[in-house]
Amino acid sequence: MAKAPVPRPGGARQSASPLKQVAGSYLDHHRTVARDSIARMWRNPVSSMMTWAVMGVALALPVALLLLLASLQNVSAGWENGARVTVYLGLETPLPQANALADQIDTDSRVAFVELVDRERALAEFRVSSGLADALDFLQENPLPHSLLITPEASYRSTDGVEALVEYLQGLPAVERVQVDLGWLQRLNALAGLLTRAALALAILLAVAVVLVIGNTVRLAIESRRDEILVAKLVGGTDAFVRRPFLYTGAWFGLGGGLVAWLLLLITFWWLSAPVARLAALYHSDFVLSGLGFENAIMLIFTAMTLGWLGAWVAVRRHLDDMEPGDH
Amino acid sequence: MIEFRQVTKRYGSDHTALRQVNFTLNRGELAFLTGHSGAGKSTLLKLLVVMERPSAGEVWVGGQLLNSLPRRQIPYIRRHIGVVFQNHQLLFDRTVFDNVAMPLQVIGVAPGDIGRRVRAALDKVGLLSKEKMNPLQLSGGEQQRVGIARAVVNKPPVLLADEPTGNLDPELSADIMNLFGRFSQVGVTVLIASHDITLINDMNRRTLRLDQGQLVADGRPRTEANHG
Repeated sequence: MAKAPVPRPGGARQSASPLKQVAGSYLDHHRTVARDSIARMWRNPVSSMMTWAVMGVALALPVALLLLLASLQNVSAGWENGARVTVYLGLETPLPQANALADQIDTDSRVAFVELVDRERALAEFRVSSGLADALDFLQENPLPHSLLITPEASYRSTDGVEALVEYLQGLPAVERVQVDLGWLQRLNALAGLLTRAALALAILLAVAVVLVIGNTVRLAIESRRDEILVAKLVGGTDAFVRRPFLYTGAWFGLGGGLVAWLLLLITFWWLSAPVARLAALYHSDFVLSGLGFENAIMLIFTAMTLGWLGAWVAVRRHLDDMEPGDH
Repeated sequence: MIEFRQVTKRYGSDHTALRQVNFTLNRGELAFLTGHSGAGKSTLLKLLVVMERPSAGEVWVGGQLLNSLPRRQIPYIRRHIGVVFQNHQLLFDRTVFDNVAMPLQVIGVAPGDIGRRVRAALDKVGLLSKEKMNPLQLSGGEQQRVGIARAVVNKPPVLLADEPTGNLDPELSADIMNLFGRFSQVGVTVLIASHDITLINDMNRRTLRLDQGQLVADGRPRTEANHG
């Protein structure tokens, strides 16, 4: 097309030009084939969209699960940061001893801050927050012990760090009970880890399913273009030449499937976002359902295209390579 | 250009399609391949385009031994051999032009050159005006000529034809044969499988006759007839 002389460094023009021509025609064929395989898809819009939808659902399901788990893990990470340890002292412990204990704990390098809540204050707070003021009036004496609210140093807020601190605190005299909210946090983490694995296993299974679905679709496409393949092989088409349209077909199916999956995820997360926000508000949590970012969406689509291409490749290897002119 | 040395082709253990066939076709030579159906004509052509491999002996095309040719190399041999079939093998989902253009697309000819060369080939077979039509709209003879245009568009040194006049009336058949004659005049080696004895006798060209897989005659039919 471009006949204008292009200045070229080194200028081995005569020897380079046939090579350039071959490369140009190679790229041109890629373009033509890519366009042609899209056009063929549009010619059967219903069946193409069915394939896209199947692929989209199969991809959206594990991705949605993984996103949900990632959001959950974000939340637990947030709570871990705010981890506090509550130490309940024995009921008979006098206030000066409690104060001394608080000072002692405060000198520990793992502890950022200690707050002593004495029995009277604890009762007053409980009276206000529980709404059981009348019932409490019937009690002869204050049932609540002194307690220490301990905030660990930032570097000891990990599960292991807190566990070590708890062990130390339990060894102190007059300490009745040490309570950490890590128990359920650990359980949540373990559960999330398990679910992540399950979601990955599901993702792998569904990826295999996607490859097989595309493989089957491409197999049908190969069958329907059998004559053309035989003629192409007869006039000297290489395997790569004959495979190319089908590999593009697979990649386009992947593209469509990826886009459908993205759309499904957008709709689902939009639909869930309001109830999730309400639920999070009820729990005083900053839990946010984080959707698929743009980069991840590109990753998803790219993965889908790779899976489509792979499916096409499987079909091509199985059905096209041993198709030879002559054996009708 | 084409040489068979003691070529034998067996299918399984009980069917021998060719037995120790020897012959040589030079550049620009036109020859007929004849014999009853099942005599081995198709097998011989299939060996030339590497659809089949010989069980014994050597098949040479253009100085290349085909017996042990790696699978990957087969397309490159086929680019040098134009093939015309009785059943045309045209694609009805595209125009005449696109049918003829296929061998050029396969080897990656630039789009501009494709147009020029396809039209040149269609001009040779007298179908230049029908390039935009679908092959289904053409008569049997015209379809056959499209097949010929496709076989020669790449200017191959070898042209093979399998019953190219099978369904055509004598007049059209003679036209097609003359077309083949003209290709051989410009240096193309042409081998035509046919059982149309009348036509072969009329043409009076070198004729290879196969009988049950054996080459039983090689020469011009009239001299052969004189001797026989």
